[in-house]
Amino acid sequence: MSVQHDEAQDLETTSGPPSTSRRGGPSAESHSRGWRGLGWGFLVKLAIMAVINALGLLALISAFRVESWWIFGITLALLVIADIVYFTKKALPLKYLLPGLAFLFVFQIFVFGYTAYIAFTNYGTGHAGSMEQAVDAALIQGERRVEGSPTYPLSVVERLGGELGFAINDGGEVLVGTENEPLSSVDVPTASGAPSDVPGWTVVDRGRLLSDQELQAAVVDLRVPVSEDPNDGAIRTRDGSSGAVYTSTLVWDEEAQTITDTVSGTVYAPNDRGSFVADDGSSLPTGWYVNVGFDNFLAIFTDPALAEALLIVTIWTFAFALLSVVLPFALGLLFALVFNDPRIRARKFLRVLFILPYAFPAFLSALLFRGMFNAEFGVINDLFFFGADINWLGDPWLARGAVLFVNVWLSFPYWFLVCTGALQSLPSDTLEAADIDGAGKFRRFRSIILPLLLVSTAPLAIASFAVGFNNFTVIYIFNDGGPVIPGAPYRLGSTDLLITAIFDIAGISGGVANYGLASALSILVFIVIGLIAAIVFRQTRRLENF
Amino acid sequence: MRKHIGMSALALASVAVLAGCAGGGDTSDEASEPVDASGVELTVWVDENREPAVEAAAATFEEETGATVTLVQKNFEDIRNDFITQVPTGEGPDITIGAHDWLGALVSAGVVNTIDLGDKTGEFEQVALDAMTYDGQLYALPYSLEAIALIQNVDLVGEEAPATWDEMIQNGIDSGAERPFVINTAGQTGDGYTMYPFQTSFDAPVFVQDSSGSYTNEVGMGGASGEAFAEWLAANGEDGTGYISTTVDYAINNELFNSGEAAYTVQGPWAIGEYPDVNVAVNPVPPAGDGTAAPFVGVQGFYLSSQSENALIAQEFLVNYIATEDAQRALYEADPRIPAWSTVAEEVASDPIIAGFLASSQNGVPMPSIPEMGSVWDFWNAAQAQIIAGADPVPTWDTMVSDLEAELGG
Repeated sequence: MSVQHDEAQDLETTSGPPSTSRRGGPSAESHSRGWRGLGWGFLVKLAIMAVINALGLLALISAFRVESWWIFGITLALLVIADIVYFTKKALPLKYLLPGLAFLFVFQIFVFGYTAYIAFTNYGTGHAGSMEQAVDAALIQGERRVEGSPTYPLSVVERLGGELGFAINDGGEVLVGTENEPLSSVDVPTASGAPSDVPGWTVVDRGRLLSDQELQAAVVDLRVPVSEDPNDGAIRTRDGSSGAVYTSTLVWDEEAQTITDTVSGTVYAPNDRGSFVADDGSSLPTGWYVNVGFDNFLAIFTDPALAEALLIVTIWTFAFALLSVVLPFALGLLFALVFNDPRIRARKFLRVLFILPYAFPAFLSALLFRGMFNAEFGVINDLFFFGADINWLGDPWLARGAVLFVNVWLSFPYWFLVCTGALQSLPSDTLEAADIDGAGKFRRFRSIILPLLLVSTAPLAIASFAVGFNNFTVIYIFNDGGPVIPGAPYRLGSTDLLITAIFDIAGISGGVANYGLASALSILVFIVIGLIAAIVFRQTRRLENF
Repeated sequence: MRKHIGMSALALASVAVLAGCAGGGDTSDEASEPVDASGVELTVWVDENREPAVEAAAATFEEETGATVTLVQKNFEDIRNDFITQVPTGEGPDITIGAHDWLGALVSAGVVNTIDLGDKTGEFEQVALDAMTYDGQLYALPYSLEAIALIQNVDLVGEEAPATWDEMIQNGIDSGAERPFVINTAGQTGDGYTMYPFQTSFDAPVFVQDSSGSYTNEVGMGGASGEAFAEWLAANGEDGTGYISTTVDYAINNELFNSGEAAYTVQGPWAIGEYPDVNVAVNPVPPAGDGTAAPFVGVQGFYLSSQSENALIAQEFLVNYIATEDAQRALYEADPRIPAWSTVAEEVASDPIIAGFLASSQNGVPMPSIPEMGSVWDFWNAAQAQIIAGADPVPTWDTMVSDLEAELGG
């Protein structure tokens, strides 16, 4: 939908300068505003807005049908705003900004808001749904088939007024009952299979049963007691054509909001952590997610095993991000200076060679390096260390060095490119002036080239720091954050960055999932990166005074 | 809009289903009379390997009932988490394929329904049903079993099963192969699953089993027997004999065995396709300690969503169209794992490789499916990797056991 916005914008902007043939006065108006001349601009805008409105309406109808009121509201708001912006004269800047803003809202602000919301819940393994669903699950888990109960052929029957019941064939005898009336025998000719004709009742056709979801839900929930004594159990059906006797050991009391185990008499009451717990401390397996306030944020700092591992991860993240900027920058600058010297022959060819690591997909390179760094089978030990058994991937410090090496290898061509460009655009008169003043090579580099270079590359360095901070691909592919820190939960490892730690904690690759904790960490990472960017941008403004 | 997308996906899927129905056998069941369920849509999550087989059963089902079955192909590894997160929102499928060790997590998330196989219960291998049972309730229709076994290079060491670890290593050395034995440790991650038969031979099960065979929450691998296994691991690790090394991951393991550089390996049936260049024989894993080497048995099956709006028809599809001999055979043919359906299992046991895995699984124990298993793997694998890489075995192992106990108690 928003793609259409873009097109609308493009068409508006490319409709060219105001044509001279227009009769309008000096207050020149866009082609798309009205019907002048051929009126193409207006027609195109009208057509595009018609498509957008049609799609929006379609989305509104679907959202209304499935009762997703959030999506309904947001779509409605976006649609109204789009119409207002593109059909009024005012709000000219918004005409350009709206598509971008819509994207920002849908893909950034909404995602961020939702992450923040999850950060304050205990959403994760064991707390995945609503309380209502947890009750459903408890009732499912508590209902057992009575041992030795045969499977009876069964028909769903209906009485005047829509009351549903089951008719079963118990060895030739037909029994009928409803939710409130226990099974009782009816006098019909005995037959094999499900009863097809029950006096006083209409047998519900199975086709109708299966194609009517409401009826199906009612039948799935229907329990017909076997006798007056509820402990004898009740008939239930799972497929609509056969039934068996089940007893339920867990009873949900909606008034008191408790679940009672009828066998042991234990009462499970909901607690503020989203679980049903009894006085003796036992709890039901299924919980639901609840707001836990700042617990996730507190756990990051107070849970001893987690806090210690996360501290290691955090320090390494900063070190990795910083070194991932400084080292490739230095290396790239060095090569840029060298290859900028006109005395070197075949510079163009060499430059292309040096850009190759950047042109290769990062995850493939990381995978290759993973194999090359293998202590036993990798070429690095074989070729460069005379077959020594250096455990690159198993030792925490060697692994850190190795992953840093890989990242420098992957990112120095970028700095090589950037620095080459920046070097070639340095003002030659300033350099010449320095030469005339008698500045040596090193002095010239330190006082003229480097400061001027930093002005143009500092913003890139900040961006690069943020990329290094969140460099998921290289860490995950190369070593999956390993080797594991002894005793650390969630398999946190010595080369894990915060972003891969979040991935491990979220349990996406298996293991225990704790989306709440992972979201809380994401929020912290976001704040850290935001702060660093703000500080450094302020500093670079100072650099520009050079 | 979403509905719209759903409809076109459905149209695409039906085309796919129609295209795939060519191989479908007659899976109808004489007990169930044809029903008319046109207009009902059943969504089934299935992975790439099993899709053709489920497609065949779905085609028969669609033909006989008029219902529509939409197969959604997913990565097997993604299904567990996606199922847990999507079922509560109402966006999940009615049925999904899955592994039995997810069961604890699925139950504690409240996303699976119980299932009643009725008279079909007797047709399945008991161990498969046990694995899919949680707290006395059956939650899935099992369809296959799998267990790792000792795979040996026939040209190097013959078909005879070695009786002990030492005998195996000796045979391997005598064969002249570069390595007598190779085993996957998933690199630095550690692989407690593949190592488990050796661990159980030291009588150090991950959890203590009660008299009925169900796992308790009591960690069983602590104490002297666990420490003995840890010491054995260190003795054969990188600082010891070097037979077990964290430089070996799944790909390297298979490469070494397939090139004939290693005489023996421990792998599952899924890896057989990786060994086209060698003649293999499959035998139970030899014990390294005094006990029996019992690998984990994994069971796969079909789970029913607790939030399904088509519970009746989903049950109908599973019990009358998937739980049939023909459908089970089609599943075996699509992805050869040991069938859970007894008669099909007997039928395919004529294949010596399948028979080998079957024999290994008969020694096996079901993999625990408690929800805490996720963090158990994290600690357990990591400790094994550290010991293999040369950490002091007994303290490392004991720390892991006490970390686990703290995690499970807390």
